[in-house]
Amino acid sequence: MLTKRIIPCLDVKDNRVVKGVKFLNLRDAGDPVELGARYSDEGADELVFLDITATIRFRKTIVELVEKVAEKVFIPFTVGGGVQTVEQIDELLRSGAEKVSVNTAAVENPDLLTEAAQRFGNQCVVLAIDARRSKDRKGHWQVCVKAGSQATDIDVVEWAAKGEKLGAGEILLTSMDADGTKTGYDNELNKAVTDAVDIPVIASGGAGTLDHLYDAIVVGGADAVLMASITHFENYTIRQMKQYLADRGIPVNL
Amino acid sequence: MIVVIDYNVGNVRSVCNAFVHIGCDVKLSRAIRDIESACGLVLPGVAAFGYAVNALGDLAKPIKDAASSGKPLLGICVGHQLLFDRSTEYGTHFGLGLVGGDVVPIPAGRVIPHMGWNLVNLPADIDLFAGLPAQKHFYFAHSFYADVTDSKAKIAYTDYGFNLPAAVQKQNIYGTQFHPEKSGKAGLKLLKNFAEICKGENR
Repeated sequence: MLTKRIIPCLDVKDNRVVKGVKFLNLRDAGDPVELGARYSDEGADELVFLDITATIRFRKTIVELVEKVAEKVFIPFTVGGGVQTVEQIDELLRSGAEKVSVNTAAVENPDLLTEAAQRFGNQCVVLAIDARRSKDRKGHWQVCVKAGSQATDIDVVEWAAKGEKLGAGEILLTSMDADGTKTGYDNELNKAVTDAVDIPVIASGGAGTLDHLYDAIVVGGADAVLMASITHFENYTIRQMKQYLADRGIPVNL
Repeated sequence: MIVVIDYNVGNVRSVCNAFVHIGCDVKLSRAIRDIESACGLVLPGVAAFGYAVNALGDLAKPIKDAASSGKPLLGICVGHQLLFDRSTEYGTHFGLGLVGGDVVPIPAGRVIPHMGWNLVNLPADIDLFAGLPAQKHFYFAHSFYADVTDSKAKIAYTDYGFNLPAAVQKQNIYGTQFHPEKSGKAGLKLLKNFAEICKGENR
């Protein structure tokens, strides 16, 4: 049986790991390569690196970062941030990333998901969705692009299902409302999306306690849980998280 | 020297990094001369099967020749799938035919791709697993798998609601559907074992 994955997320800005609240008020959390290697040693199942400097334009610095990380980290890692073309995905995969996430570019050009899946296989293609609760439509979420700065009229659940059909192999689902708040994942959102797709969904945004991780898996139906604040600022170790889940019958790679 | 075959697919660098990390002499190359002089070959791969077959192109023959001559060959992920007869991913494509079997979609009714860490039963008679416990988690990321039909192949299985062949050995030919280079310490041990096997062949 596949284990549920614990995935620390490293938001990278100007070569430093940063973490904010609801995508704002960024706080320094260390060197990306060192932090990545530490999480790998501590037993993280995977890592996600997001270049949050590059929301519109792909930057070469992310390729250099991937190369450095790949020399020290021997667990899978996903990289994203400003990725717009199949060639950029190719470059990142060749540099050592296991998967590449696309967000804004997939909204603007959904064919990107199909082209990437046909070339690299859909297991490399992660559709990152930044979701914000709709003020007008209760029980709905809007897809936000450009690092969350622009809301669209696209419904998150519909977009996730469409993304799967187009070629995404995984969905990285971030609740903008919960991000950095440490008040728990938006499991209503997680459940709505996990019910709508067959591909794995990574729940993101809001992790504050060990119970939150458990709820995202059991209530939200998530295949993996992503966290930043609670690992970067050393509230919990990866091992504590896994032990907590294992004690409650969740399969993990301890 | 172990040669990691560079055929314009993703993931090649990670495999090289892992061999460097464990202190192996490794070269990323697509030169036939290197393939011929290597003590062992690694066929990595993050790609769709058809793309990988096309990208491999003229390298298929020297790889098959090396494998037939007894040189250790390790296929990883799509490289593992390429060892088999054919695949139905985005159309029908033919593989290297070194191990009997077809590459087919993981049956519906479960989360696909099979992505993440799964527990693999490691048979003691596959030397790639020397020094590892009888069961270990490895990292998978795939939607198709090789349905092994070759009676000469030894198979390591993982449970994904059915017995999924996770690794295969047929004499000097090895394949892992999972990614040893991304499977932490256990994966590095497996690669070290492969390097030892290659050294043995070198003597």
